Amino acid sequence: MSKATSILYLDGVSVSFDGFKAINNLSLTLDPGEMRAIIGPNGAGKTTMMDIITGKTRPDEGEVYFNGTIDLTRHDEAEIAMFGIGRKFQKPTVFESQTVEDNLLLSLKGERRGFPALFYRKSKEDAAAIDEILGTIRLEARRKDLAANLSHGQKQWLEIGMLLAQDPKVLLVDEPVAGMTDAETEETARLLKEIAKTHSVIVVEHDMHFVRELGVKVTCLHEGSVLAEGTLDHVSADKRVIEVYLGR
Amino acid sequence: MILARFFAGGFRSPLVVAGMVIILALAVLVPVLNLAVPRGSAFHMPDYLVPLIGKYLCYALLALALDLVWGFCGILSLGHAAFFALGGYAMGMYLMRQIGSRGVYGNPDLPDFMVFLNWKELPWYWYGFDSFAFAMLMVVLVPGILALVFGWFAFRSRVTGVYLSIITQAMTFALMLAFFRNEMGFGGNNGLTDFKDIVGFDIAAQSTRVGLFIISAAALIIGLVITSAVINSKYGKILAAVRDAESRTRFLGYRPENIKLIAFVLSAVIAGIAGALYVPQVGIINPGEFEPANSIEVVVWTAVGGRATLVGPIAGAFLVNAGKSWFTGVLPEYWLFALGGLFIFVTLFMPKGIMGLLGLVRRRKSTPVDEMSPDARADIAPNAAEQQQ
Ligand SMILES: Nc1ncnc2c1ncn2[C@@H]1O[C@H](COP(=O)(O)OP(=O)(O)O)[C@@H](O)[C@H]1O
Ligand SMILES: [Mg+2]
Repeated sequence: MSKATSILYLDGVSVSFDGFKAINNLSLTLDPGEMRAIIGPNGAGKTTMMDIITGKTRPDEGEVYFNGTIDLTRHDEAEIAMFGIGRKFQKPTVFESQTVEDNLLLSLKGERRGFPALFYRKSKEDAAAIDEILGTIRLEARRKDLAANLSHGQKQWLEIGMLLAQDPKVLLVDEPVAGMTDAETEETARLLKEIAKTHSVIVVEHDMHFVRELGVKVTCLHEGSVLAEGTLDHVSADKRVIEVYLGR
Repeated sequence: MILARFFAGGFRSPLVVAGMVIILALAVLVPVLNLAVPRGSAFHMPDYLVPLIGKYLCYALLALALDLVWGFCGILSLGHAAFFALGGYAMGMYLMRQIGSRGVYGNPDLPDFMVFLNWKELPWYWYGFDSFAFAMLMVVLVPGILALVFGWFAFRSRVTGVYLSIITQAMTFALMLAFFRNEMGFGGNNGLTDFKDIVGFDIAAQSTRVGLFIISAAALIIGLVITSAVINSKYGKILAAVRDAESRTRFLGYRPENIKLIAFVLSAVIAGIAGALYVPQVGIINPGEFEPANSIEVVVWTAVGGRATLVGPIAGAFLVNAGKSWFTGVLPEYWLFALGGLFIFVTLFMPKGIMGLLGLVRRRKSTPVDEMSPDARADIAPNAAEQQQ
């Protein structure tokens, strides 16, 4: 795997907060079209890794490249989003005072400047795209409801829908099934597998059942660096992984 | 075509349309009751009430301007009276130039206060104010450019919440101190007054006052259409998204600083126009208009009427100021206490103000950031706690 052919490339990345190394010499490569699951105990640095990729946190050292050519450490959140990196947060963060439909409208790929938005008129394509996403995330019936009034699981789905609306090249999905029922979890796995057919995806998740369901390559993080990488069976057989994570 | 569709958005909310109709009724009724109904009739409106209500209309426009940034974008500006005063000064400078040689000193080239200070010639920044068109341009440009520069620095540095409120307050305070200085050339302590006429009409004539009243009402209605169109557009949705979860919008590719800047500049321009309409109706503009307390009063009107409702702040401006006129007649020393008490009461018990009380605000089951765990708040919006006041 090389930098040139990768969609995301992290090499020797470190970051510390007040002397505490949250990410320690982390290297990770994601191929175009690949879906990767990231596991690891709480505090392993999974969310911080996403913060670094999306420009929220600047690494102290190391390389972070998108598409093999774009140095992400030189860009801010808005620019990185426009390159095509979308993110779902660990706790669902939707625009609560707006309708489900408007949450998707705001996320829809395209113009991001303020002035043109004053005179924006919903095109047929935009309306169709929103309808399609509402179907995918099974929220057609709630389209006119305020996002604040959705259940926890529905908010998670809405946020995945917002990701889809952005139509990014890479999706970073942080703990999408936390707090979901088993049925919702299975539905989410189905949704992500569908999405992975056309996008590169990184999913952070604790739920082993869910990770098994995804059936993709797994990376286990611990104390800010990669502990093991491979199939789920390979990783969960690793002594150190069992010690720090699974065996607890 | 595009513009027509944009303005049509301003009429989408029934509440806003109702507000427009009421202001329109006022714009017709007041002149009729004052000019057409004979004096002595029980329905005659006394002359002094026309500029008084006209003044309230200007305050209402100022409250509307504040609501655009505070209600819809979460920017609690404690310096909005500064934009109002700057618009007022631009109008005042035009009115001063109209005095010509009719001043106390009879100097055709210089306003009285400059003669008094022994100035020999007009400072350069007074050039052009003989022209009404130029002065009107300044009414919008001066507050607009100040807001552009101020907002550009503040929003780009990601200053939000209480810190932003404090620097807006510092801005109006600094302007007040500057305008108090005689050397600034804006009449110092006394400000600008003794106006004679405006575009050829005697400023003290009742017909002129009625004319200014109608123009103020029209400005308020237009202001309502524009702000309502703005918040009903997609831009308005982005604005609310920035208000509710600023850092989240960045990950969608938006630049919250630019989004906020548009609303802030528009708001300052509206405030400036309100100030320009206010000055000929009250007959004076002085540095007292920059006082920090004035800006805080605007916040109280807006909160009392109901934040983020557009019409609420207009109602709030009328009610609180009518209350003030009455209260300062009865117990003048206690007005500030009453105002402070009112603000605390509204904040604690009427978070959506009068509009909320009347049940005119769309409810939602929960408020966003309050409900999240502190951990989630830090996760997505490090400044969320500050964003919501
Ligand atoms: N902005 C920050 N300031 C200080 N410490 C942080 C910050 N962000 C993360 N951390 C710390 O870094 C470590 C990794 O956190 P995180 O990436 O959230 O872990 P994970 O998502 O794997 O559970 C934790 O110990 C956390 O407390
Ligand atoms: Mg995490």
